[in-house]
Amino acid sequence: MAIEQNLVCFNTFGSPESWTMATYEQHDGYKAWRRILAGELSPGEVIEEVKASGLRGRGGAGFPTGLKWSFMPKNYDGQKYLVVNSDESEPGTCHDREILRYNPHSLVEGMAIAAYAMGATVAYNYMRGEFMDEPFPRFEAAVKEAYDAGLLGKNVQGSGIDIDIHGFIGAGAYICGEETALIESLEGKQGRPRFKPPFPANFGLYGKPTTINNTQSIASVPSIMHKGAAWFAALGPEGSGGTAQFSVSGHVEKPGNYELPMGIPFKTLLEDICGGVWKGRRLKAVIPGGSSCKVMPAEVIMECTMDYNSLQQAGSSFGTGAVMVMDETTCMVSVLRRISRFYMAESCGQCTPCREGTGWLYRMLTRIIEGKGEEADLEKLVDVANKIEGHTICALGDAAAWPVQSFLKHFYDEFEYMVRNNGRSIVEAASDAAA
Amino acid sequence: MSDDIVNIEVDGKPVEARPGQMVIEVTDKIGAYVPRFCYHEKLSVAANCRMCLVDIEGAPKPIPACAQPVNEGMKVFTKSPRAIAAQKATMEFLLINHPLDCPICDQGGECELQDLAMGYGRDVSRYNDGKRVVKDKDIGPLVSTDMTRCIHCTRCVRFGEEIQGKPQLGTTLRGENVVISTYVEQNIDHELSANIIDLCPVGALNNKPYRYSARAWEMVQRATVAPHDCVGSNLYAHVLRGTVKRIVPRSNEAINESWLADRDRFSYEAIYSADRLAQPRIKESGEWRDIDWEEALEAAAAVLKDADTVGLLASPSATVEEGHLLARLAQHLGTSNLDHRIERRDFSDQENDPAFPWLGCSIADIEKQDVIVVIGSHIRQEAPILAHRLRKAALAGASVNFVSSEEHEYFFDVDSYVSGAGLVQLLSGDAIKPVVEKLKEAQNALVLIGNIAGRHRAFSAVRSLAADIAARTGAKLGTLSPGANSAGLSLAGVLPQKGDGLHAAAMVDSAPEATLLLNVEPDADFHATDDAVAKLAEQEFVVAMTPFISDALLEAADLLLPIGTFAETSGTYVNVEGTWQSFSGVANPVGEARPAWKVLRVLGNLVDADGFDYVTSEDVLAECKAQVGDVEARAYEGSGQPAKVNGEDKPADEIDVPLYSVDGLVRRATALQRTTEARREAGEEKG
Repeated sequence: MAIEQNLVCFNTFGSPESWTMATYEQHDGYKAWRRILAGELSPGEVIEEVKASGLRGRGGAGFPTGLKWSFMPKNYDGQKYLVVNSDESEPGTCHDREILRYNPHSLVEGMAIAAYAMGATVAYNYMRGEFMDEPFPRFEAAVKEAYDAGLLGKNVQGSGIDIDIHGFIGAGAYICGEETALIESLEGKQGRPRFKPPFPANFGLYGKPTTINNTQSIASVPSIMHKGAAWFAALGPEGSGGTAQFSVSGHVEKPGNYELPMGIPFKTLLEDICGGVWKGRRLKAVIPGGSSCKVMPAEVIMECTMDYNSLQQAGSSFGTGAVMVMDETTCMVSVLRRISRFYMAESCGQCTPCREGTGWLYRMLTRIIEGKGEEADLEKLVDVANKIEGHTICALGDAAAWPVQSFLKHFYDEFEYMVRNNGRSIVEAASDAAA
Repeated sequence: MSDDIVNIEVDGKPVEARPGQMVIEVTDKIGAYVPRFCYHEKLSVAANCRMCLVDIEGAPKPIPACAQPVNEGMKVFTKSPRAIAAQKATMEFLLINHPLDCPICDQGGECELQDLAMGYGRDVSRYNDGKRVVKDKDIGPLVSTDMTRCIHCTRCVRFGEEIQGKPQLGTTLRGENVVISTYVEQNIDHELSANIIDLCPVGALNNKPYRYSARAWEMVQRATVAPHDCVGSNLYAHVLRGTVKRIVPRSNEAINESWLADRDRFSYEAIYSADRLAQPRIKESGEWRDIDWEEALEAAAAVLKDADTVGLLASPSATVEEGHLLARLAQHLGTSNLDHRIERRDFSDQENDPAFPWLGCSIADIEKQDVIVVIGSHIRQEAPILAHRLRKAALAGASVNFVSSEEHEYFFDVDSYVSGAGLVQLLSGDAIKPVVEKLKEAQNALVLIGNIAGRHRAFSAVRSLAADIAARTGAKLGTLSPGANSAGLSLAGVLPQKGDGLHAAAMVDSAPEATLLLNVEPDADFHATDDAVAKLAEQEFVVAMTPFISDALLEAADLLLPIGTFAETSGTYVNVEGTWQSFSGVANPVGEARPAWKVLRVLGNLVDADGFDYVTSEDVLAECKAQVGDVEARAYEGSGQPAKVNGEDKPADEIDVPLYSVDGLVRRATALQRTTEARREAGEEKG
């Protein structure tokens, strides 16, 4: 069976100038928003529709989007905000960028609908600094087109609805993808997560009720509203409605961004969509949802479907849908060191365990690779990771700990081999033996 | 369950808490100690050190006690295996990059990290990789930095933002490279800046003048009171073998909370200044000669006894005991010329002065005012702790207004400045009207007259206009006062006695045959009349009881008697809210200096005054207190006459005594004199 691609967020892909309003409207763009402007849908109805669609936050945590929207205080007189998190920084992830480049209007319309549903009249899209070049101008152009078409602004088309959308470009810090760090950054402060409670729904941007959603979550909303919750929910399995965009990278023949229905078997994704492991090699391991997700050995992930429940049951998580594929020649110690270096560099430095622990992990791994490791270091690595996990303000500590825990759980032999052989990798040994 | 009580359980014991309280406040209250570094009760919650992680039933992970509000039925375990494991984990992380250089760290022995490491740390580190080293910063003459020791709790950062209102330290960079710094290299520059020394839980920010001069456990801690302003901040002097090595705040929520002005913290350096007068000296035929105490006291007594006219002048920071003895001495000598108001220039209407200069409310109640109008004051310099209370009032929503010829900088939203002319003109013109309207509408309003107004040439007019505004609007009227004890000296009767007594200005101008100066430096402390040094030098005999020697005293005086500073004498100050605060001597006298009250007592004996047989300063105080009786604090109530302008109302003629020139101690405190503020005062630094 051929799997249908590009049903939701990528639905304009392939059309000429897919980022323009004209193209978007050819794909039923702004129909849902125009229905709202015509007074056909109440905010409550929008929220119910999104709840029924089974849409879950695509930023990594997978929290049900409709439920999140319903947390916003309803009878609140002051300003409320919607903030879209386009600070797409999880290593391996690059699909939000594609939405911004090739289908920005889906995001603009989604923001308008979401803001309306929550009673927010101002919405910000926070884009990572590296998006300065192309995604940011595309988004800004789309917003301008929407304003020019009279779809945004004050009292839009006499509907009584106010909605202003602003793009904001960050300075390129991973931590600003954490929603409260993003708020701080948006306020012009250092990007450092806030402790919770209070949660942003009560005390968010400038202390006002705020909802932060991922780009892909919001860009899915127009299709949900237009084609219906049932259609969207039916695209994926129970508990994982809709499509997901997979950024497949690493040792595959055809890496790329693919929008596919949720729940697609990993085997199908790897072999049918991405052309299998490159160079005819065998699969060793996969990180299924960005570098902070737990690594999965080949035999485990080959049995999984790509959705929230399946991956969670198998001991990892869906994350951002950034699938990193590693073949049999990969040295898992080196991969882990590279990942640990990332978290060391990106820790905001606020909480003690993450600030001090991420560097400790990296230095231990470096020492092992340099042939100066000891067997006791392996236990210490896991112990340090355990002491970071769950002890920090935000999830960056967990994100730094999980790879360490899972790499050592599944590939302990590689670490042990290296420690015992003065830094020589097990894969090097294997290829030498083969030669 | 009542609305204002939340029932929780801590370590199995039921505890009542208030809604909105954090868990750590409740555990602190019942003495269930939870270790912490970033939490401080006066600062906002940061929850970044992760030391106070506790176990809360139902929570999937350990929760920081400092950031978790109490909920009904919550069960907190501060010492469960999970809580202890989390706290120990944090301690291990804190220590891996800490230099562990306790033997050469001034904080050693009084270090929160060291103390808690005893309870939560390992005996041997598991960390065997390289440690972080951070370059030290030069942030000025008061605070030393050893930033490698920093554990990034950000108390100092939050202090700048939340207490000073002037953020000076912040964090830069990310992850383990985070450093606390001033961004652009500069000195920290605020009258409360050195409180970060006390806030810093490790040895990263420390006391620079004190550096490497003693260890915490060698010193004795003695309580005393700050001698530089009318607040009377509570202090501890840390004393090593009779020498004051440093000053730290003594918490008193009613007065200085847990803060201390830099002036009060570092002025102790002057106790050991090279300017200290070590021995009595007498001027004979223009030549100065060291003499012994016996000779000196006899010379002084002879002069006082023989003189037909005598004037007695005390510093507004003299103690109650000194003041009482001075008043008794004056009585015996039959002179009415007695005063401590050496900064005042307009004495008309002095007969309507209240019993003592009073703030109009308690210090803490400043925070409760809705509208405050401060007239003729640079209050950050005059009383830094009161300026902090004003800031708190403003942050709580009060309208704070300044009527002042010059607009001074404050680190909160000043509702209005009425400025640009002389005070009399400002108070009687149209510009004051909006402020008067605000006062009228306020429930709790305070009109405060400052020290610039107190030194104004038309002070009585300023005061009368201020009193009129307060009376018309129902506001309270209060006043600041110079020195540490204007209130106490007024009560002790160090004032010209009714009838023919001369006030400070007239006294100097009248050239009495003998003048006694008690801790007065005529060039810098005396504003009552111009050219005081020259006028005193012309006089027949001037006895100066002084801790310090100066060119002006050498010129003006004929006999110098060395007296102890605030640290070397027992005594009592009455602050501007009327609180009597007694203290003991904390340090050994320098050289031959003696406590001034003892010098006065012996002088009393030598001039054959009756009843000068006190054994202790407590005896003097008891007698004085009995004499003063119960005095109700009252504000100036007006003369019943329209304000008379007796002196010129020119802004240029107003005297603003700079922060670090306020008295002889401060002027000789070397570190304070090297601050940006002092150099700005001296014209060495711009802005």
